[in-house]
Amino acid sequence: MSKQKAPLIYISKRKDLPWYGAWGIRGGAIILALVVCAVVTTLLTGENPLGVYAKMLEGAFGTPRKIWVLLQNTAILLCVSLALTPAFRMRFWNIGGEGQILVGGLAAAACMILLGDKLPNALLICVMTVASIAAGALWGFIPAVCKAKWNTNETLFTLMMNYVAIQLVAFFVIVWEVPKGAGKIGIINQSTESGWLPQLFGQKYLLNIIIVAILTVLVYIYLNYTKHGYEISVVGESERTARYVGIKVDRVIIRTMILSGALCGVAGLLLVGGTDHTITTTVADGRGFTAVMVAWLAKFNPPAMIFASFLLAFLDRGAGEISTAFGLNHSFSDILTGLILFFIIGSEFFISYRISFRKHASSALPAAQPPLINPSEKNGKEE
Amino acid sequence: MFDFVSFIPRAVVQGVPLLYGSTGETITEKSGNLNLGIPGVMYVGGISGVIGAFLYEQSTMGELNSFLAVAIPLAASLLGSLMMGLLYCLLTVTLRSNQNVTGLAMTTFGVGFGNFFGGSLIKLTGAEVPSIALSATSRVFSRALPFAEGWGWVGKVFFSYGFLAYLAVALALAASFVLQRTRVGLYLRAVGESPSTADSVGINVSGYKYFATCIGSMIAGLGGLYYVMDYACGVWSNDAFGDRGWLAIALVIFTLWRPNVGIFASILFGGLYILYLFIPTGTFLAFKELYKMLPYVVTIIVLVITSMRNRREDQSPAALGISYFREER
Repeated sequence: MSKQKAPLIYISKRKDLPWYGAWGIRGGAIILALVVCAVVTTLLTGENPLGVYAKMLEGAFGTPRKIWVLLQNTAILLCVSLALTPAFRMRFWNIGGEGQILVGGLAAAACMILLGDKLPNALLICVMTVASIAAGALWGFIPAVCKAKWNTNETLFTLMMNYVAIQLVAFFVIVWEVPKGAGKIGIINQSTESGWLPQLFGQKYLLNIIIVAILTVLVYIYLNYTKHGYEISVVGESERTARYVGIKVDRVIIRTMILSGALCGVAGLLLVGGTDHTITTTVADGRGFTAVMVAWLAKFNPPAMIFASFLLAFLDRGAGEISTAFGLNHSFSDILTGLILFFIIGSEFFISYRISFRKHASSALPAAQPPLINPSEKNGKEE
Repeated sequence: MFDFVSFIPRAVVQGVPLLYGSTGETITEKSGNLNLGIPGVMYVGGISGVIGAFLYEQSTMGELNSFLAVAIPLAASLLGSLMMGLLYCLLTVTLRSNQNVTGLAMTTFGVGFGNFFGGSLIKLTGAEVPSIALSATSRVFSRALPFAEGWGWVGKVFFSYGFLAYLAVALALAASFVLQRTRVGLYLRAVGESPSTADSVGINVSGYKYFATCIGSMIAGLGGLYYVMDYACGVWSNDAFGDRGWLAIALVIFTLWRPNVGIFASILFGGLYILYLFIPTGTFLAFKELYKMLPYVVTIIVLVITSMRNRREDQSPAALGISYFREER
């Protein structure tokens, strides 16, 4: 060893942190982020920070309608995050959620437009569901095959597929535009409402929320209690181990991405058939990307994803209200969301690593800390 | 006959922002950082330049000093994108966060930042102008070489651009030279290929990652500056920059991590981006939308073919996207 002084700060990997420790750190980061956001907002608007928070809460929970919208946004975001999770657990970076939602939505819209007056409503909805799932699955299948066969970089492939999907939608929007030259489709089947998903108890968004709740349970079971889910985890940990124990890695990659794309297709179906009843190139509204962050924040754990997607949906609605109330551009919400994400992303470091300050240059290792392992609670998977 | 004399200059001006973006991203990726925040960085670079120019134009009331009119937006743009680069490094290198997630968050933030200040700058500064139209600054930025007028089509195709276009080409050539022919470039590539090996021979891995990512961000940010000041004639409109940042990332793959190839590739992409304006589609306008798909489809094909051929020199840096921790086994 050289005579260099030992560094002041020593960083080591944490063994395991009890769940309350991890969530304590994340909570602290969110609080810190909210303080920073309030300071930024105050600097730009001159309002008092408490007023800013009040506006945020009002924007998210102010009226029953706002609460429904918040829940709907949470549900769709959760649906996309659930879709991406199996792929992420396999270390397959599917950032093509946007495109997979769009083609799913496009397939639903195509059925509504082309078959709207030819099929009875129940049958039409079945056809739409199948078509959306198939379209989303296809969009996931293409990059997966290339990844499995030639190890093509999936991050970039799925990213490019987003734009192919956007242009495909733009093409069909012009093909089906109503009226000619309008450049948009408008509400599909406004008079007959054929192909519109049914409203439960008169609530427009309730069906979507229930479907996503069921999906959450199913995905959780699939990932944690089935052979497929186990194989995904093994492939994610180490492809070589997976091959060694006889898992057909190619097949797992393709199967998982078909599932991932199919669930994104469901999100597209819920958006087009359930709420919007039209299709535009922005129907996914960046959810394919936001969902990546949700899934990662939740450490690819479906129950935690409910909170993460609720948090992001809340931030979006709340920050949107701030921008309206103080006459700021709506993109202000993106800035606030970005700031909060930076804090949460940064806080993960303090969950995975321990920082010790060295007292004497002679002490080679930091003092051993009492073990913080709580066997009953496992905090997701460490990277 | 296809009108090349008007097509090529338009392809070039479309290609320049992509060239900046891809040169910056190539340098970044060579250090093993996959910065998906480049679209956000380019927005920040653009709007920072706009803020600088706007404040300068407001303070001088029309009397612009040519040097300051260039220097202030340039410095503001570089500073803005440097901040984004530092933020990315802080999160991914020092705090070892996931690069994809950090990049996407930076894009959300950067695009929001651009659109927010683009939409609110006038209100925030209390200026009495209807919209952000920095035509005076833009004139300085887009000033062509003086003899371009007299040289007919040669002048139009080669010499009709603002100085930032030539700077983009120069930077791409310089980046290629540094990456391939100098010791700094060798070390940088070593960091991207195998950080633990680089670390073991005493290369400062974090230092190189910071350095390359910040330089890369600053170069990419200039793409945003070029777009507003030259291409868009100093008019900022929200979301006008569009998906060019993603296209720049696509270009990095298309060029197989070679900035000098990027010069031609970016013009090709620029051409593909506007090809729909030049191809007669008859009465069926929808096909234009399909032509806009071309750059992405071409990128996918290149991506698949290079992975099929699986030649070592064509691959992405081996440690791309992986944060480095010395004690990781």
